[in-house]
Amino acid sequence: MTPDVGEAVAGAFREEWGRVVAALIGTTGDWDLAEECAQEAFASALKTWPRDGVPRRPGAWLTTVARNRALDRLRRSAAEAAKLREVAALAPAGEPGPDDDSGIRDDRLRLMFTCCHPALPLEARVALTLRTLAGLSTAEIARAFLVPEATMAKRLVRAKNKIRHAGIPYRVPPAHLLPERVVGVLAVLYLLFNEGYAASAGADLVRQGLCAEAIRLGRAMAGLMPDEPEVLGLLALMLLHNARRAARVDAAGDLVTLEDQDRDRWDRAAIDEGAGVLDAALRRGRPGPYQLQAAIAACHATAPDTAATDWAQIALLYRRLGQLTPSPVIELNRAVAVAMAEGPAAGLALVAAIEDSGALAGYYLLPATRADLLRRLGRRPEAAASYRAARDLAATDAERRYLDRRLSEATDPA
Amino acid sequence: MKYMLLICAEENAELNAEEQAEIEPAMDAWLKDVDGRGARLLGSQLRPVSDATTVRMRGGDVLVADGPFAETKEQIAGFDVIECADLDEAIDVASRHPVARFGSIEVRPFWTE
Repeated sequence: MTPDVGEAVAGAFREEWGRVVAALIGTTGDWDLAEECAQEAFASALKTWPRDGVPRRPGAWLTTVARNRALDRLRRSAAEAAKLREVAALAPAGEPGPDDDSGIRDDRLRLMFTCCHPALPLEARVALTLRTLAGLSTAEIARAFLVPEATMAKRLVRAKNKIRHAGIPYRVPPAHLLPERVVGVLAVLYLLFNEGYAASAGADLVRQGLCAEAIRLGRAMAGLMPDEPEVLGLLALMLLHNARRAARVDAAGDLVTLEDQDRDRWDRAAIDEGAGVLDAALRRGRPGPYQLQAAIAACHATAPDTAATDWAQIALLYRRLGQLTPSPVIELNRAVAVAMAEGPAAGLALVAAIEDSGALAGYYLLPATRADLLRRLGRRPEAAASYRAARDLAATDAERRYLDRRLSEATDPA
Repeated sequence: MKYMLLICAEENAELNAEEQAEIEPAMDAWLKDVDGRGARLLGSQLRPVSDATTVRMRGGDVLVADGPFAETKEQIAGFDVIECADLDEAIDVASRHPVARFGSIEVRPFWTE
């Protein structure tokens, strides 16, 4: 097989797997059948495209082949006669074109909302989304979440059973449920992204690949729900975070903090795209948590360096974010921004307030932040004590190494 | 699709006078709504667990014990059998039940296969 046919099939898989599976679930109501027939359609493409050439509309070709395969199998199963009548009653549809205004929603949207239904356990929502929309294999998903393959296989089976037995409907939720359900979908996508992002320092490419999958799904969602500003906000956030990927890890595999990152290694194209998507979101005049987080990321991404960053704006954005979704971690981030904008003393007051509230008691970044602010105020012995306290709470070697460096700077007699 | 709603609440749930007064009219309203939709097939409040008896057959012996089958914080206080198009509708019906405000409503599908 020529390399470009192989590439065409691989590309078609990434682009079309979710669409084909979603369409088949729509017409047959059978998730396993849908996956198997989609698989067979791609296998068929590998055999026939080298011979006949890559079709002009690969998605339509794949959907047709998969649907015919499903019809075949249903025909042979006497118990599925009723399903077959249903399927036969549907006109053999072509792919809805990109400008299809007929009101037929993209099946991927139905699939996405169903995978993320609140009645499914969160881990199952994530796994099902990766399996059916992103086309990851069970083994790949298991590796991504660091569980044995058998465990992940069971998780997927249980989720599909729950959908069938409990009557989770295969649809885009009605208007009155849509807002909360969109929040649920975005939460799953963001969880996926964070899993991949956290894996940046490791060698596991599958885990790192979760960022790309989350962004791909985020783009699909943005294309399908362009009027939902938080959908756009999440996409912008993921693009802006991901743009910094290459600069996040140093040669030793340690995380590099934002202020120390080599900004030449940031992906400018991704930053521009993220900023553009964020603008489109904000134009709708319905701010939300993802848009605010994206705006903060955009402040960093568009600044030439730490000193020239608009910290006052960041502090303001964190304050608004904290009003929408109160959290001590957000308040801590606000303290850091306030310290940069107004001086360490101002930040220290906010850190003290968090400590007094008892929140974040075991969180190493709280004493670490205090230590940093004390160091900048020249109060080195106190800073050293706080770095030690932070080090006691640190959970990983990378964190400890970072704190040790700060500690030695603070205790250095020079 | 048929679902069983298990109406669960702490038997000594502490409701203030206002909450307590709201329950009966809310219950009437809920019943009127579900019966009106033809969604409710059957249902009843149950007597508290102090009136319950649990029966087990082990090794040929009938074991009779006072009380519920499991000691849990919330206990089953009633049940309703409903018929709905899908889980979203069942969730909607359950969410409107007055006990949902301070207790839990388990929505369990019937075994059909």
